[in-house]
Amino acid sequence: MLQGLKKVFQDIAEKIRTTTLSDEEVEKTLQTFFSQLVSNDVAVETAESIVSGLREELKRVRVGRFNGDRAVVRQILRRAVEDKIKQADARILLERAERNMGAGRPTVIMFVGPNGSGKTTTVVKLATYLRSHGYSVILASADTFRAGAIEQLETLGEREGFIVVKQGYGADATAVAVDAVNRARSMRAHFVLVDTAGRTETDRGLLEEMKKMKRVLNPDFVIYVGDALTGNAAVEQARQFNSVVGIDYVILAKLDADARGGSALSIAHATGKPLIFAGVGQDMKDLDDSPRERVLSSLDLA
Amino acid sequence: MVASQLAKTFKDVLSRFLASPSADRQAVEELVRGIQRALLVSDVNVELVSRLSDRIRERSLSEKLPPGVSRKDAVLKIVYEELASLLGSRPPKFSTGGKKPYIIMLLGIQGAGKTTTAAKLANYLKKNGFKVGVVCADTYRPGAFQQLQQLLAPRDIPVYGEPDSKDSVAIAVKGIRELAAHDLDVVIIDTAGRHKEQSTLMEEMKMLEKAIKPDENLLVIDGTIGQQAGVHAKSFHENTRVGSIIVTKLDTSAKGGGALSAVSATGAQIKFIGVGEALEDFEAFNPSGYIASLLGVPDIESLVERVKLAELEVSEEKAKALLSGRFTLEDMVNQLREMKKLGPLRKILSKLPLPGMADLPEEELEKAEERIKKWSAIIQSMTAEEKSNPQIVDDSRARRIARGAGVSERDVKELIRNYQLSRKMMKDRRLRHVLRQTKGI
Ligand SMILES: Nc1nc2c(ncn2[C@@H]2O[C@H](COP(=O)(O)OP(=O)(O)OP(=O)(O)O)[C@@H](O)[C@H]2O)c(=O)[nH]1
Ligand SMILES: [Mg+2]
Repeated sequence: MLQGLKKVFQDIAEKIRTTTLSDEEVEKTLQTFFSQLVSNDVAVETAESIVSGLREELKRVRVGRFNGDRAVVRQILRRAVEDKIKQADARILLERAERNMGAGRPTVIMFVGPNGSGKTTTVVKLATYLRSHGYSVILASADTFRAGAIEQLETLGEREGFIVVKQGYGADATAVAVDAVNRARSMRAHFVLVDTAGRTETDRGLLEEMKKMKRVLNPDFVIYVGDALTGNAAVEQARQFNSVVGIDYVILAKLDADARGGSALSIAHATGKPLIFAGVGQDMKDLDDSPRERVLSSLDLA
Repeated sequence: MVASQLAKTFKDVLSRFLASPSADRQAVEELVRGIQRALLVSDVNVELVSRLSDRIRERSLSEKLPPGVSRKDAVLKIVYEELASLLGSRPPKFSTGGKKPYIIMLLGIQGAGKTTTAAKLANYLKKNGFKVGVVCADTYRPGAFQQLQQLLAPRDIPVYGEPDSKDSVAIAVKGIRELAAHDLDVVIIDTAGRHKEQSTLMEEMKMLEKAIKPDENLLVIDGTIGQQAGVHAKSFHENTRVGSIIVTKLDTSAKGGGALSAVSATGAQIKFIGVGEALEDFEAFNPSGYIASLLGVPDIESLVERVKLAELEVSEEKAKALLSGRFTLEDMVNQLREMKKLGPLRKILSKLPLPGMADLPEEELEKAEERIKKWSAIIQSMTAEEKSNPQIVDDSRARRIARGAGVSERDVKELIRNYQLSRKMMKDRRLRHVLRQTKGI
């Protein structure tokens, strides 16, 4: 049942026999397409929205340009997916750092996301990435809630040679972050990456807490880390984080876990925010700054 | 499953259906679509949904609609039964089967919640009277050992780990040995997260299993996982046989349908669910609650009971026979036995529109339950002639039947007396009126 989308486009286009594209054919095409999107981990809500957009478009084509040209249909289906996946250039972060440094202040990036999505690991991966581009980074252990979280960031960060600013468990998370920013300012470090505790989208209070941290910290960017294996919850997770906290970019972690990449579409649909990286393994170098291509290849569309 | 043809929500479909005049093929189809959508939104595997849909179609078009039951409810009952048969019954109470220490190894993908679950399970087992310890064999994720320690030290549950070692096999073997000093009933081994594409890590897990020979491999499934749940579970199962499953993060907006794929890929049962970050947010798995949440129909259990109750009315003919007092002894016992299948008598009686039924003393009810059991046995020892004509049962016949059924002669006579009494009662007009209202029971 599960096929790469490329093959699906092919199959659907092949099946079209007539030159006029009947109503029935359109519906059948859309039905298959919907199933395949969902099989590839696109959330139902997102798949429905893609399909209803397509229905309109196919209707237009039917009377206009179609003429039995299968390539046209294939192209339309493909675009319905490809156009949804937006990517931000990682250089945005570097340029901001240059500008901020001129004004004598560090660039602050806050990481938020659901439990276990990959935030802490991604923080250190991004730190490694930034350093490899010649920038200095300080890490803030602002997950003062989850047992072992401080030691995790400390060990990972220090192993890679980063300064990790921390306090104890139960300490005010925002205070830790502010501490780190002050440290970075005095050391003239380019970046402060703030790791925060994972939280569920169903706990409004915990989301508000992030909103408060954001207000006090006034970070340059908020990055949302989502788990590539997530199914339908991807929509509600991303939507809540974006509407309560407000996010700028998305990092999709664990794309290496034979993930289909559909959650990238779900998150994009829910937030409209671009991908900036993809996590593709547990090594610190496993951060891909061409996430769009990665996702498309997971969907077999590269 | 074309999107726009699907109603916005499951409930929408149902209410639209209720407004439609007749329950034809098309109406069933619309219901199936609503159910499909609900299941897909809950992350149930696409293929599984399509197989289920076929079963629902097949059954709803062939099974008769019991009186007073809407097609919607009947279809929901079918879905419920199909899902329930996949999930199996409620898991039995945890037991080590006398093995000491009983070794549980946790498996799962990165970030699924294994470490938290290890601590929750330890805490749960301790509260249930087992002496438990945990070994941290996760040598990949920094802080894993500290996480366990911070969670379990306040609860006096011993944790063994070597944060600086990279040799998970050695740690596990040594950990089990060291913890033996605590005279433990259960040792839980927490392992590093991994997935099927990481062949070295999967290999490591196999070695770990070989070295410590766990009594139970427990797969931890992230409740938010989507369509890939099945292939991942399958790969774990192929490498180290999965004995049972725990689903985490069910306090989120996710419904955990991925676990269903894990169940069908491994044949293992779901035993517990995680419903929050605190150690106490851990519950024994309840199949009906889970199904209710997958379908988005919270009261599914009582709905199913209602439909089953209505189905009790076997046929119009039988009901008529019953009302006119022409029912046989076998009919009576079968009826009672069917009723018993629905659950405890008290629960069933309280649902009947008969006054006073719910307040019967507990003792009476227990006796009644006991009696139904005996009567079923008696019926099975009777000849066809005796069954349709019980007055021919004399002392010698009663003795033979009693011996066959493993009951006393008195029990046999009591059954026959009861039957005669019921027959007489059935002729009473007032009772017949009540019975008609209860649709044959
Ligand atoms: N295979 C793979 N594993 C990853 C990736 N990113 C993170 N992980 C693993 O996923 C697990 C959870 O990652 P964390 O970084 O601790 O996730 P988190 O979001 O900080 O978790 P909480 O703070 O508990 O909410 C760890 O075992 C990581 O090594 C990835 O891109 N690929
Ligand atoms: Mg973390």
